[in-house]
Amino acid sequence: MTHVISLLVENHQGVLVRIAGLFSGRAYNLESLTVGVTTDPAVSRVTLVCSGDDAVIEQIKKQLNKLVDVIKVIDLTGLKSINRELALVKVQAGPERRAEIIQVADVFRARVIDVGADSISLEVTGSTEKIDDLLSIIGTSAVQEMARSGLVSIERGRKTKKTAKGA
Amino acid sequence: MMRNGAEMLIEALKREGVEVIFGFPGGVVIPVFDALYSEPAIKVVLTRHEQAAVHAADGYARSTGKTGVCLVTSGPGATNTATGLATANFDSVPIVCITGQVPLNMIGNDAFQEADTIGITRPITKHNYLVTERSELAATIKKAFIIAGSGRPGPVVIDLPKDIIVGKLDEEYPDEVKMRGYNPVLKGHIGQIKKAAELLAKAKRPLFYVGGGIQISGAAPAFRKVVKKTGVPVISSLMGIGAIESDHPLNLGMLGMHGTYAANMAVTECDLIFGVGTRFDDRATGKLESFAPHATIIHADIDPSAIARNVPVEIPIVGDAALVLEDLLPFAKPPSIDPWVKLVSGWKEEHPVVPEKSRGRLSPGVVVKKISEVFPEAIIATEVGQNQMWAALFYNYTQPRTLITSGGLGTMGYGFPAAIGVKIAHPDKTVIDIAGDGSIQMNIQEMATAVQEGLAVIIAVLNNGYLGMVRQWQELFYGKRYSGTCLKRRPECPEQCSNPGDQCLAYVPDFVKLAEAYDSVGIRVTKEEEIVPALKRAAEVKDRPVIIDFIIDEEANVWPMVPAGGANKDMLLGGVK
Repeated sequence: MTHVISLLVENHQGVLVRIAGLFSGRAYNLESLTVGVTTDPAVSRVTLVCSGDDAVIEQIKKQLNKLVDVIKVIDLTGLKSINRELALVKVQAGPERRAEIIQVADVFRARVIDVGADSISLEVTGSTEKIDDLLSIIGTSAVQEMARSGLVSIERGRKTKKTAKGA
Repeated sequence: MMRNGAEMLIEALKREGVEVIFGFPGGVVIPVFDALYSEPAIKVVLTRHEQAAVHAADGYARSTGKTGVCLVTSGPGATNTATGLATANFDSVPIVCITGQVPLNMIGNDAFQEADTIGITRPITKHNYLVTERSELAATIKKAFIIAGSGRPGPVVIDLPKDIIVGKLDEEYPDEVKMRGYNPVLKGHIGQIKKAAELLAKAKRPLFYVGGGIQISGAAPAFRKVVKKTGVPVISSLMGIGAIESDHPLNLGMLGMHGTYAANMAVTECDLIFGVGTRFDDRATGKLESFAPHATIIHADIDPSAIARNVPVEIPIVGDAALVLEDLLPFAKPPSIDPWVKLVSGWKEEHPVVPEKSRGRLSPGVVVKKISEVFPEAIIATEVGQNQMWAALFYNYTQPRTLITSGGLGTMGYGFPAAIGVKIAHPDKTVIDIAGDGSIQMNIQEMATAVQEGLAVIIAVLNNGYLGMVRQWQELFYGKRYSGTCLKRRPECPEQCSNPGDQCLAYVPDFVKLAEAYDSVGIRVTKEEEIVPALKRAAEVKDRPVIIDFIIDEEANVWPMVPAGGANKDMLLGGVK
């Protein structure tokens, strides 16, 4: 099963490679990893998406917790959380296909950010599934280039408010 | 006080109570050695290889519980520590390893003797640091000692660029530092401990299963009290040997691949395992599907990630072994298990661990038993392979921290440098490295270190002319095809040979001459009646190492043996009746 795990980590050099190295060294499956600063410049938030059976996920969380630079491990799977991913998609589209692509983009609330002679570039934000759906409707063969951010995620509601630090 | 980085480091080591450093100098760490030159409080032991420096610090740490310290230079100095660090990391040994690094502005430039030490050592240490600001040095050293020595201990590397070593700053060594991501849990949950006590009291066929955590946390006294109070039989991993006396009536011995018949039968038939300070690793459990099929498992360990990793656990207890056992003691009740105790004692009597009969040369089991008789209170270090298993099975251990052996990583070449570290910590104890003729050659250069330091370590080479453990597997599972394991092989030998004997050419090196070349003492023993006199002669040497070359049966095997991937109950008993 796929899990979204959120980490608060010390904003030191090399922290990311410790986390990535843990996954490669123990052959855990890491699907995406994003990192950014928090309101506390000494703390970064890492969102990682990983998969495995319950025992593997349990081990992943325990091993992450053992890292000295990891301050907190929160498994957002099963909690009420907000998950977003951003994708920039350059779609092959000459003048004859532009209207169709813009219409699809509209339905997915994607923004047109660039129009070229034979392409349209879209910016879309949402859940991983939503982005996957958009891509399948456009058709992967029409996608010239794509960059996806990987998932970022926070817990909904009250708890976030209480932990002002590193929110 | 104004100090350069090297002087700060020395001040920090003194404040941490460090008495000895094992090391090897080189370009960038010359200023550190320079600062040590006029420092009477810290002894510097010069090993002949950086790997041995880490093993020596490791042996020092395992035998004392203190943090071992080593100091090496950048590049090859640092890369040579890798095996030592991985060994210590696997067996949870507290070490602070200081490595030199090229100056900050040279890092990444492929400078002379540059290596990405942090990158190389990251997966084989508990934690590591590259110090990039002189002002971070003191706090980093403090953190390194805290991390190395607390929780589940382990090695910590501090990589010091040259300019950090020579940079001057007015500062003091801190008494404490904050680490918000590092909070090991020491005290076990009392509710879980009470539940464990209840399950134990109701069990019909319970077992304690102890590991290295008992030694590390100093839990042996508490554990022995719990055993006395409950009367529950005990099995141990290799690392748990010494937690309770080897000859204690309730001690069934080591389980696993080369475990005793009684331990392996008991673990298969028991209805409750109370594991403390052990990882349930694969060499102990054998095939997981048939491991303890009837048992409920209680598992106490300081490392949460060790719990429920290999076996399903009914009652997990995260905590330090000594604290958990002390908390358990008042709640522990003796279960009614007379029939079970009778059964396991029967297994012990039916299939005791006895040496193989001699096939003309010495039986290794007999040699180790004699060592045990002549030196009942020695600290035993071992290499890895058959020698290690014979040392585990035939020496009678009575105290914790007296079997110093590479368990997890299984590092050949560990024993002798580790024994050097042990002897430095315990100059009045008999320290014996039980070695194989293969393993001992992996760090034989440390003879020079032992001679230079005047250390009377006894090296008992169990010489079968083979890499014996691999040869045993080849004999049993590969049709006696002794590929790459004969150490007597010469160009004149037939292409393939599985018949060692008197026709074989002389063994190299001649360990007696080798000892003499190092200005130490070498004794060769070929007959059983020579064993005890040789050991007594070795005991009289007080100022240098002694090598005793015990010529044992070439094809002596370790019994019992559970074939790899097999169930513990399916032991090959071999020559053992």
